[in-house]
Amino acid sequence: MIPISALQSTAEDLMAKAAIEIPDDYLDGLRGLANIESGELSAFVIQAMLENYEAAKEDRSAMCGDTGVPRWYVKIGNEARIEGGPIALEAALRRATASATKDVPLRPNRVHPLWRTDHDNNVGLNAPEIEYSFHPDADWIELTTVHKGGLFGSDYRMLFPGDGIDGIKRFYLDTLIAFGKRGLACQPAIVGVGLGGSKDICMTLGKQAACLRTVGSVNPDPGIAELEAELKEMGNTIGMGAMGFMGSSMVVDCHIEAGYCHTGGMPMSVHMFCLSSRRACAQVTPDGKAAFRTDPEWFTDYSRRETVEWFPTPQNLKQHA
Amino acid sequence: MVSNATKLKTARLKLPASTEDLRGLEIGTVVYLDGRIFTAREGVYKKAVEEGAGMPASEADIGNVNFHCSPAAMIRDDGSYNMGSVTATASFRFNKWLEDWFKISGCKIIIGKGGMSPEVYKEKFVPNGAIYLTTVGYGTGALLGRGVKRVVDTHWRGELGLAQCIWVIDVENFGPFLVESDLEGNSLFERENAKVAANIGGLYEGLKPAIMKRYGETDDREEEVI
Repeated sequence: MIPISALQSTAEDLMAKAAIEIPDDYLDGLRGLANIESGELSAFVIQAMLENYEAAKEDRSAMCGDTGVPRWYVKIGNEARIEGGPIALEAALRRATASATKDVPLRPNRVHPLWRTDHDNNVGLNAPEIEYSFHPDADWIELTTVHKGGLFGSDYRMLFPGDGIDGIKRFYLDTLIAFGKRGLACQPAIVGVGLGGSKDICMTLGKQAACLRTVGSVNPDPGIAELEAELKEMGNTIGMGAMGFMGSSMVVDCHIEAGYCHTGGMPMSVHMFCLSSRRACAQVTPDGKAAFRTDPEWFTDYSRRETVEWFPTPQNLKQHA
Repeated sequence: MVSNATKLKTARLKLPASTEDLRGLEIGTVVYLDGRIFTAREGVYKKAVEEGAGMPASEADIGNVNFHCSPAAMIRDDGSYNMGSVTATASFRFNKWLEDWFKISGCKIIIGKGGMSPEVYKEKFVPNGAIYLTTVGYGTGALLGRGVKRVVDTHWRGELGLAQCIWVIDVENFGPFLVESDLEGNSLFERENAKVAANIGGLYEGLKPAIMKRYGETDDREEEVI
């Protein structure tokens, strides 16, 4: 039985870690772009950001004043049992969100869309979002929080099979250029692309690809991996760097996740996880201990399964040991 | 710090600044501020301009620098302030209130994210002797947080909430910012957009046109979404 107190205190720690500490994979990717950035203004911006990450860690202060819209991804082991059940877990995540908003502090960004009611704690109607996933042969729970900015850099389009790879490139360029101007997307970004699925799942997959995969990870489908590399390269040759200034630093990495879709369509979504790519993850075991990390390992052989039945092999079980 | 790592021109500006003090600040100059600033965004503009409430305090009390920002900040139970990180929000959404806003606030500097359109600079900033500074990144919230020396006061907190109310803040070596629009209404973003645009056509070369168009869609990629 996983103690609910451990889940809540871990969730509180995760909220602070996400807001304050830039993940190493993103940092390394950004430094890589900075090393070859020849645009003077774009290079200056990235240098300031690198200093900002240091200041945030030293001062234990949120790296960006817009602390985004905090949300949760929960992966539950098939054998995991939660003290108080899933209702208690949701309450703990809502409590942690509210208390971290006050303690870190975070900006109370969440308001009602019409009445603009603000509870000053980032909790409200359908907020924070909590998404679930499951994992075979495990007795732990993994909590991931993502604090993503909420206004610019994402778009959806229904493409058709006849649009092909050209159509994907066209929509990708459209989105990067539209939101890259003046740096509205706060690039350099991890760009997530959702391909296929139903409309809503297309958006979900793209967002998860941006927020839950680390820089340097590749899709296991070699064809998709190749497209990821091509789109990354393409984004960095637009000629646009940080803040939309002349430069080459637009895409830290490009991740694509796919889902089966209607035979007549090829829906696509694009999402940009910004210069404050905030994510933090922990695995909580029945003994109440939490192991913190920055790679959510959200996508697994199990989550990407294509068959009716799931036949575990020693290899894909080991992958998530 | 930042200023050593760049060949860009750097300036330090004492607040409140008069139009005279802003002369000579070219677009692309890195700026750090010392003195008093205040936050105001749509909630404040609606109340002050649309509802005719005017300003909640004198220029001497709140200064003449308007930061498009809601800080990550809380008020402790004893009434003291806990301000962590501060970052600007996108300014283009506030165009419609600016003309009246300049008149009632006397602001000479607007700080925000992403700038405004060239027309807004020419029609609203230039006649009021004001410039626009953009934050850098965007998201140097922790660096800017270090420049915050003291929260002086808040206004309209009860009705507008923590995110929308006016925060009056004293700052020191607060930055970095970049001059996006100068006293003539030149725009750094416009200059850079024009350079980037020269390359855009070639990116789409050889790509098939889309099977289905979307209502209201444009193919002119030099246009902006703001």
